[in-house]
This record gives sequence, C-alpha cells and structure tokens, in this order.
Amino acid sequence: MTAQTAAAPVKEPEKPAAEERRWWRVEPSEGLWRNLALVAVLAILIIAGIITKPELYSDGTWVRNNIFTILELASVIGVVTVGMTFVIIGGGIDLSVGAIIALAGVWSTTLATQDYGAGGMIFCALAVGIGVGVVNGILISYGRLVAFIATLAMLVAARGLAAQISNKQTQVSTSQFINDIAANDFLGVPVLVYILAAVVAAGWVLLNRTTFGRRTVAVGGNPEAARLAGINVKRHTLLLYALSGLCCGIAAVMLTSQATSAQAAMANLYELDAIAAAIIGGTLLSGGRGTIIGSLLGVLVFSTITNLFAINNLSTEVQNMVKGGIIVLAVLIQQIQFKSLSQFFAKNSKLTTS
Amino acid sequence: MKHAPDLSRRRMLLGGAALGAGALLTACTSNEPDEPSGGGAQTAAAGNNQNAAPGQKVTIGFSAPAADHGWIAAITSNAKAQAGAYSDVEFKTVEAGADAAAQRAALQTLIAQKPNIIVLLPHDGKELNAFGLEAMKAGIPVVNLDRAFPDALAYRLQIKGDNYGMGVSAANYIVAQMKAKGVSNPVIGEIAGIDSLELTQDRSKGFADTLAQAGFKVANRRAAEFTADTGQREAASLLQALPKMDALWNHDDDQGIGVLAAITQANRSEFLMVGGAGSKAAIEAIQADNSVLKATVTYSPSMASSAISLARLIAQNKGMSDLVELQVPKEIILASETITKENASNYLKLGF
Repeated sequence: MTAQTAAAPVKEPEKPAAEERRWWRVEPSEGLWRNLALVAVLAILIIAGIITKPELYSDGTWVRNNIFTILELASVIGVVTVGMTFVIIGGGIDLSVGAIIALAGVWSTTLATQDYGAGGMIFCALAVGIGVGVVNGILISYGRLVAFIATLAMLVAARGLAAQISNKQTQVSTSQFINDIAANDFLGVPVLVYILAAVVAAGWVLLNRTTFGRRTVAVGGNPEAARLAGINVKRHTLLLYALSGLCCGIAAVMLTSQATSAQAAMANLYELDAIAAAIIGGTLLSGGRGTIIGSLLGVLVFSTITNLFAINNLSTEVQNMVKGGIIVLAVLIQQIQFKSLSQFFAKNSKLTTS
Repeated sequence: MKHAPDLSRRRMLLGGAALGAGALLTACTSNEPDEPSGGGAQTAAAGNNQNAAPGQKVTIGFSAPAADHGWIAAITSNAKAQAGAYSDVEFKTVEAGADAAAQRAALQTLIAQKPNIIVLLPHDGKELNAFGLEAMKAGIPVVNLDRAFPDALAYRLQIKGDNYGMGVSAANYIVAQMKAKGVSNPVIGEIAGIDSLELTQDRSKGFADTLAQAGFKVANRRAAEFTADTGQREAASLLQALPKMDALWNHDDDQGIGVLAAITQANRSEFLMVGGAGSKAAIEAIQADNSVLKATVTYSPSMASSAISLARLIAQNKGMSDLVELQVPKEIILASETITKENASNYLKLGF
C-alpha cells in the first residue's frame, strides 16, 4: 500500500510481465521431470496391454482386478525398495535384502515361533530384520568394511542360516491371521496395498520432512563434509542399514502371507530387483540423490511389464531381456540434462516474441 | 546443560530391549514338533525278500546336491534311511556343495576312501559325466541317480524318473476329465518349474504332445522356480491372464503351496488342478478333496531308496529276484503314477 501512495522519487521497477509467473515457465525440478517420464512409461505399457488384449481390457471388473494384481505384485518389492533407496541415498548398498527376507521368514515360521501366534511371528520377523540390519551397519560403519563386501557376506551367511533353521524344508504357516493378510480386502482394496502405501508414505515423510532424511542426503552426497558439519556419520549409516533391515522384516511378513509358507530359497534375487527399481527411479548409485516416489514408480514399471508379458503369454527369457534394456535406457535418459533442455526451449520462445 | 544422564537411561533401555529380543529369538529357532510325527523316510520292506538277507559287507559312497528343495532333502534322507535298514551296508556321504565343480572336488575325496560302489545324484549330468567315466575305469561302479550321464560307460546303473512321462500322465488325466465333463475346447494353464532345466522342458513337452493328440493346447504357460513364493507370483499372473480356466497343471507340489495360496487369494475355483512330484501335503489335500487340487503325478524321491538297494545288490554281485537274469539291469526308468482321491491312501507313505 505504502509503496503505491508514496510519491516515488524511486520508480518501482516494472513488475515482470504476468505470464512469466505461470507454472509452465517456472523451472521444474529435475526430480519432477524424471518422475513424469516414468509415469509416461507406465502409460505406454498400459496402452500396450490395451492394444494387445482388448477383449480383457473391455471388462471393467477385470481391469480393476488387474490393477490390484499389479499392485500386489509390486507390494513386497516396493517395501524392500523403500529401505534400499535410503541406503543408496546414504552412499551405501545392501545386497543382502533377499537373504534377510528369507531368514526373517524362516525364523518366524518355525514351529516354536508359530506357537506364539501371529503377533509372535510378526515380532520375530521384524526383530530378525532389524537385527541383521544392525549387524550389517556395524560391519560397515564401525568395522569399516566396504558395503558391497559386507552385505555380500551377509547374503551368503543369512541364506545359510535360514537353510539350517528350516532344514531345507518349506515351512507352512498355520496362522490364519498371517495368511489372511494377503487374501483379504479392506474396503475393496487389498491389505497388502495398504501396507505398501503406508510404508511408502512413511518413507517419503522420513526422507523429505525430517532431519533424518536431510542427514541421509548429506551423508550420501559428501560424508566428510557431513562429518565436519556435526553429523555422526557412523551412527547414521548404522541406522540406515537398520532401516533397510526393518523394511525387509515387513516384506518377510508380507511374502510369507502371500505364499502361506516360508523357505530358505524365498525372495531369490530381490536385491537386484530393488536396486534396479531404485536406479530407474532416479536414485544415484553413488549416493546423495533420490526420491521415494521415483523408486515406487520404478517398482510399478517392472510389475506392469511382468503383468503385460503374463497376459500375452510371453516367455520369461524375453521379459528378462526387456527388463535389462529398460534399466539401461532409463539410466541413459537420465543423463540428459533436463535443465539445459528446458532452457533451450525457453530461449527459443523468447527470440520469437521479442 | 548435562545430557549424559538422559543418554545413559536411553542406552540402558535400548540395550535391555535388544537383549530381551535376542533372548526371545534364540528360543524360537526350534523346529521340533510337539508330537513326534511318524518317520517320513520311504524304505523298502526288508524281510520278505531273499535278497535282503545280510550278505557280504559293502561300503556305499553317496553324493547329492545340497538340499534347497524338499524333494532333494527327501532324496538324501531316504538314502540314509535305506542304508540304515541293511546291517551289511556302511554308508559314507560327502556334501556335494553348491555346484558341479564343488561336487567334483567332494567326489575326489570320496574316491580316496575306496568305497565298493558310488551312488551319485549329480548337479548336472553332463558336467559330471567325466567323473563317472573316471570312477568306472578305477573299478568303482557308479549308480547314476535321476540326472542322467549321457555316456553309457559312465555308469553301471542309471535309475531315474520319467519327466516326459509326468507330462503325459498329467495330460491324460486332464483329457479324461474334460471328456467326462463334455468340455470341447478347454482353457488349460500350466505352471512350470525352473525353465532353464532340461527336466522342465521334458515335462512340458510330454504335456503339450499328449494334449495335442486330443486336440487341446496350453493357453498360457508361466515358469516359476520350484519355490512357494515364485509359485504364488506366477499363479497370480496366470489367473489374471485367464479369467476363466478349465484345468491347470502345476509341475511341482512344493511350489504348489504358493499356487494354491494364489488361487485362494483370487477366489477362483471353476477349474481343476493337477500337481506334480507327489508331496505328502498334496496327497492329503487330494484325499480331503477340499480344494481345486484333484490329482498329482509322481516323481518320487523314493528312487534314492531303490538306488541304495540296487547298489547293495550290485556290490554283492546279486541280481534282482523278480528277473530271470542274474545281474541288475543297466537302466531303470520309474513310471510316473497318477494319484487321485481313489488311490491316495496307497501313496500316503510315499509322500515326501
């Protein structure tokens, strides 16, 4: 008000033209571009499904069931990928996630644990997951082992322990509550999807709205600078691996529920799927950058591909080749500097209007 | 401002919780059932066979891959139990390790112990063929179990199941059921095991060939990995791809646990399901008739027991009592038998 009424020896600089404030002129963050690209890939896959199988997609109930099937397929890997994203952003890597799931699953379905009922089984799975994660963290942060080697060793050891405990048999879960987690819907949406949504939401809040998340990005971007800034890098790394272990424990309960059983060979090669999903979701393998939404979209892309191939009766060999191709393509595309692309377009339009 | 007192209490609580959780967890690793289950090993009834009378003492060396699947675990336990049933057999096993190379190394130590005969389930028949030739040349007969050596000189006896025959049996059952129900163009699904194994290809081929003879074909085929979680994953995808199905063949009953879970989760029951391999849980489910599982085709790990019995006969220079010939045959292919509700009670003791 006062700026307008005061006699102005100083002329108010011309307010920039109103159109420059429009959102499409504002620099979008790189993360947003990346996520939009992934949504576009998802849309392409769904359209491919519609084109190849119009008779299936014409049925509304089938489409609804298919969406939930894709989400249920993505739920276990999604939970693991949330934990993996945190670890990778923090500059580490966790190759043992599949083995932790197997160990947690097997431990929680032994006859002794099943006597404690569903609560005991869930507690056991979470405790084993966190415990193994803490061991990983201690080896890596305080033992100063390279993350790759430490988690590789844990991968082998945990599977061995799982085989020992289960005596290489498949352990069937007799807990109706646990088995129902994968079988039941709540208000029409499968319970597994709710769990996935809850973990993703919690992960997003943790990464973007808490100091823990800020510190994770700092530690991953430049650990020495983070240490000098006062962050206890060692303790933070330990917590990251414990978080990954916790996610594996949750995933173990979900997978045991889906298969109504657990065995030492379960969750085979999940670590590769989780890492691939995190990478195509925009997480930098060297640390310091990544988003939870991107990782979730990465997981959904892989699940949608699996679903597309299944309904078209294509073999797994072709599917694996396509998955490999998508990973390479995603990383290549992300290397294009989106900033310079949008600057290029903006520059061109300025030339034409002036 | 002193923070030390707060931290020490927090540390104590955290430490206490960790110790408590650890103590609880170590208590929860036991797999002993509360009531002892009747012994599960499948052994030959000793006693009504003249050949079973104790004779010359023999040492049998045994090697099978480290079990990551119930079937392989049953092979090893059956072999052990059968050897234990004979008083004149000394049983030596070596851990075969994770792959063919490790098994080769383990087998070298076995040869050094100079057994009378070796019973071997190789990781891969082609990769351990050379070992078979070497042992036979050194004068130690080799009984080749399940995964076949390509070279006839590499084994004295080859005893295996019939993977192609499994597919044939499963398809015959399905064709008979479809004809009985009057379904002219049935939608048939198939959930295979690990696709890279030759045995999976053989089974699928037997299935497809026999269906083709009846004019049917497989509408959708998914490959799982012989584990329950992959079985559930692939079955969920298959059920989405085929909104209405008439029959389903699942190659393996262990992965069948996951397949049945997926079927329950999708709430589907309009089709019939045939299993494979013949696990105890599957045979009981067929008897109870409370799910879509109506039959299974055997590929029984009892072949390990038979291999040990025949190895003993070979080492003692005896033949099989039902045959006229004086020596044990060169090759035995076990038939794949179809278990349905009617004959399930006969097979219960053979379930693994």
